[in-house]
Amino acid sequence: MTDPNTTLSHLDLADLATHEKPFLDANELVINMGPQHPATHGVLRVILRLDGEKVLGLECVIGYLHRGVEKIGEHRTYTMFNPYVDRMDYVAAVSNGLGYCETVEKLLHVEAPPRAQHVRVILTELNRIASHQLWLGTHALDIGAITPLFYTFRDREEILKIYEKYCGARLTTHAFRIGGLQYETYTGFEKEVKTFLNFFRPKIDEYEELLTTNRIWVERTKNVGAISAEDCIALGVTGPVLRASGVKWDLRKAQPYANYKNFDFGIPTGQNGDTYDRYLVRMAEMRQSVRIIEQAVDALPEGPIMAKVPKVMKPPVGEVYHSIEAPKGELGYFIVSDGSTQPYRVRVRPPSFVNLQALDLMCRGELVADVIAVIGTLDIVLGEVDR
Amino acid sequence: MTAKFKGAYGSGIEPLTYAGQNYMLVDRSLIPEIFQVLRNQEQFDYCVDITAVHYPQRERQFDVVWVLYSFARNERIRVKTQIVDGESVPSSVPIWAGANWLEREVFDMFGIKFDGHPDMKRILLPDGWKGHPLRKDYGILQQDNEWVQINLGIESGQ
Repeated sequence: MTDPNTTLSHLDLADLATHEKPFLDANELVINMGPQHPATHGVLRVILRLDGEKVLGLECVIGYLHRGVEKIGEHRTYTMFNPYVDRMDYVAAVSNGLGYCETVEKLLHVEAPPRAQHVRVILTELNRIASHQLWLGTHALDIGAITPLFYTFRDREEILKIYEKYCGARLTTHAFRIGGLQYETYTGFEKEVKTFLNFFRPKIDEYEELLTTNRIWVERTKNVGAISAEDCIALGVTGPVLRASGVKWDLRKAQPYANYKNFDFGIPTGQNGDTYDRYLVRMAEMRQSVRIIEQAVDALPEGPIMAKVPKVMKPPVGEVYHSIEAPKGELGYFIVSDGSTQPYRVRVRPPSFVNLQALDLMCRGELVADVIAVIGTLDIVLGEVDR
Repeated sequence: MTAKFKGAYGSGIEPLTYAGQNYMLVDRSLIPEIFQVLRNQEQFDYCVDITAVHYPQRERQFDVVWVLYSFARNERIRVKTQIVDGESVPSSVPIWAGANWLEREVFDMFGIKFDGHPDMKRILLPDGWKGHPLRKDYGILQQDNEWVQINLGIESGQ
């Protein structure tokens, strides 16, 4: 049992030490980073094993934000659980909702009507941009550049305004319903989204002007925290991190969901798998999202926004795994139905949780200051890691 | 493909499909061999997820579920096995390194041990916690009162 009075628990230290060498080797220093640390993007504790400034290895201690989302799911009806999923990756709440709604729709054997699918794509891609903006601002701030934070938050505000007008909420939106949408788009929705796109396109150039060739930025990110494609696949790392290592894999293309197959967009990839490449990939992804939204708004069909879904949902006995490409990687839901109004089991496969596993490998041999850069570049949200 | 496995292993494997998704119910003893074949011959190089489901009324109470994906084939498959309470499952960390935390989470939430796992301990809950919350007999209001009292210095977290 952990002694309550020691922040740095002796259990953990002993575990760390038994891996290779006896604890307190003369050249080795064990330091604790977090759980309350501004650069860990939430409540993450990292125990670092150092040789001077060099990282020999590290261990993540997580669970500080565990709320038992999966257990809650078993005690709520399918509809009632929907808003809870927004609280996992709270900077990409719309993506969480999309994954959950689509999984339950599969269990119910219904499909959302085309108009609903289009609106879903628009809102989800806006969310991807918002998530990447928040990532860029905080990541740059961690490394020492303050200006990008103000720029990205200024522009992200415009997306949140669209959400607020659409459903009344800015962050945990609960935008989608099982079977489609609850709200029809407001008057002037298309125009406002287009205005945003025209406003936002030059802003990406602005971010890039600040960073892409900035000497300090390049020195702090190039060849830092590199990970190979093989290691990514072995560790189950997905999303922009995998793509930056050169694997052209995106669930929107590989196993299209919603109606992504109707849109023309590219999958940006990197080569070196380092922090700089991951930065470039996410910047390029924002541009691709703009392209998708533009096509979706132009082709927005008329029609119903809700499929025929029973008021009391009782999906037939069965189990479904469905996953989507969330801004952080593959977000999967595995839901088991026993034919009642509540799911028998809801499992969430969060991208951040699995991606965080790679932190140890990515930081080995790097400097302490680079750990901050690598945590930032992994783009984790602790609400999703711990659920 | 699941049918091919059925041909090779006979009664130990039951191929199933639901909502267009393939999965197979595999006898626990066949698990290590099946994983080797899936990884090395069928190119399922990405272990997406490992989880479990608890059925307290069944004799073999737990379903352990692996979700696998192959980049080369762009195909997903689920492997499921049934075990009794207290029985362990072979760890797949040597096959897919990413299984490490996923297996720890299953242990944390269900108390299912994975043989050969390099670091089998809790991941989300504190080390000294009693009970495994995702078991069906663990109520939604239940908690480890003793842990809360000692470590947080409060009567109850409720």
